[in-house]
Amino acid sequence: MKQREFEQRHEPLWQQLDNWLAGYQKSVARKADAPEGAPVFDDIPAAYRCLCQHLAVAKERQYTGNLVARLNLLVMACHQRIYQQGSVSRNRWLDYLFAGFPRALRAQSRFVWLACALFLAPALVMGLGSYWNDALIYAVMSPEQVVQIESMYDPGNRVLGRERGSDSDLMMFGFYIKNNIGIAFQMFASGILFGLGSIFFLLFNGVFLGAIFGHITRVGFVSTFYPFVIGHGAFELTAIVFAGAAGLRLGHALVSPGNLSRRHALREAGHDAMKIMYGTFLMLVIAAFLEAFWSSSTEVSIAVKLAVGGCFWLLVIAYCCFAGRRDDPAALEGGR
Amino acid sequence: MQNFSAPSASSPGHSADVADDTGLDTLYEIETPEGIDLTAHVAGPVPRILAYSVDLFYRTLILIALGIALTFAGKTGVGVWLLASFLLEWFYPVVFEIFRGGQTPGKRAFGLAVVNDNLTPVGWGASIMRNLLRFADFLPFGYCAGMLSMTLSGCFQRLGDYAAGTIVIYREQGVHATALPDVAPAPPPRGLSLADQQAIVSLTERSGVLSQARQQELADLIQPVTGKSGEPGLRQLFAIGHWLLGARDGKHKADTP
Repeated sequence: MKQREFEQRHEPLWQQLDNWLAGYQKSVARKADAPEGAPVFDDIPAAYRCLCQHLAVAKERQYTGNLVARLNLLVMACHQRIYQQGSVSRNRWLDYLFAGFPRALRAQSRFVWLACALFLAPALVMGLGSYWNDALIYAVMSPEQVVQIESMYDPGNRVLGRERGSDSDLMMFGFYIKNNIGIAFQMFASGILFGLGSIFFLLFNGVFLGAIFGHITRVGFVSTFYPFVIGHGAFELTAIVFAGAAGLRLGHALVSPGNLSRRHALREAGHDAMKIMYGTFLMLVIAAFLEAFWSSSTEVSIAVKLAVGGCFWLLVIAYCCFAGRRDDPAALEGGR
Repeated sequence: MQNFSAPSASSPGHSADVADDTGLDTLYEIETPEGIDLTAHVAGPVPRILAYSVDLFYRTLILIALGIALTFAGKTGVGVWLLASFLLEWFYPVVFEIFRGGQTPGKRAFGLAVVNDNLTPVGWGASIMRNLLRFADFLPFGYCAGMLSMTLSGCFQRLGDYAAGTIVIYREQGVHATALPDVAPAPPPRGLSLADQQAIVSLTERSGVLSQARQQELADLIQPVTGKSGEPGLRQLFAIGHWLLGARDGKHKADTP
């Protein structure tokens, strides 16, 4: 069959598919109105398969480049329309919140514990060290920074946290969001460098945190510091560890891909890591909210803050350990 | 299966084979569930950097405008500005990639689009992934890691693309059917090889794109076949091209090969 005949014979189908694509792009609502010009075929996939066959035939018969390019373009557009992902339903979000996220954490528990150790070990060492030795903190911070941190938690101050007027809660909320979530994202992303980035950020943050904890305790600002950090710490510190764990998962896929190629292992790891990162993001938003509007408030008494903070910790730990245990597909599989 | 990309050369079959062998072609090919080879052209570092610069410009513009507008809102304004800058930094590309068919404004300007490596549209997971890993690509400075990864990769994938399983392709504009030269079809001489036939058809189709002098130069190359040179030779080739495409006038009966 000559090319021209081929084109003439199948032009109507191509035109209809073109119209379908264009109509869909302009408005989905057109279907309800059903004007006369609407596509007449009722079976899009069948029409698409037919089009695919035309492309294959055109290539096989070595028709001209213009025709092949046109058909390829049309097939590509249909392919993108037909194989697009369905939107996430509301139920899946709820399911993720109540079961999916803790399940993802438990599935990657190796990395979570590793990240936890990488974060807590230097924190513990630096904490005890700077509690016993008042010079140690200056190994990681400049004297100006130390003075600044001391002044933040000085019981003589009426305002807790960073020095500010109480009208600027929203400003600090913005700051915490940008700063803390940025750190978590960086910790995760740099994990792709064979895990080294995540390890570095975990150690680095652990050292800093430990130094500040130890030093503040040593100076004796306990009554202001701990009530301030305990509330949002439950969400923030755990989320930082989770972000590090997700990063380690990525790095591990590159270091030890197992039976897969590195490329495929990385994609699998990316899939697992994203399940953790959604929840981490949410936890950090909660943490920023608490840090800006709750932890810094001076009207709530210390005892209440400590109690609520303790509850937050229990809540987070219980959530990670027990949520979604019931009919957990992984557990069912494990029990076979 | 043999494939050829339309605009590459006057003898498409050969050029595509050579390009495939040397690995220089940016053609990306996948087999769809329907059993056909779908092709796209992957975009290299240069257009992507340019697209990124455009996006960076827009983002900076928005931040400056917001900054000016929010100076009157005091500390609340600063908070909102910080929030906005956070969202723009991490989620600006995600929103466009999901809701604008894989194209941020910068990518749209250069005709690029992000797709999954099976050429389906990107979803939330893949898009967020590739944009979070932007930070790793940026290390140690100025997207060095990303550039390195892109140049070493067959499909110009940066680290984020690897982890998310995405590629950046050219979103081609519609191919307009070119008007063929107005010549009455004439039967080709006997013994014309397949490659020759394709070359003649290609020349006929591209008559609107090539300069007149170049067309005559090409036509003169096969003077032995047409037996004419210059303008008449070219017209003869066009006539044969028409015939090969399937056009017939009244005198000749349509044949089926």
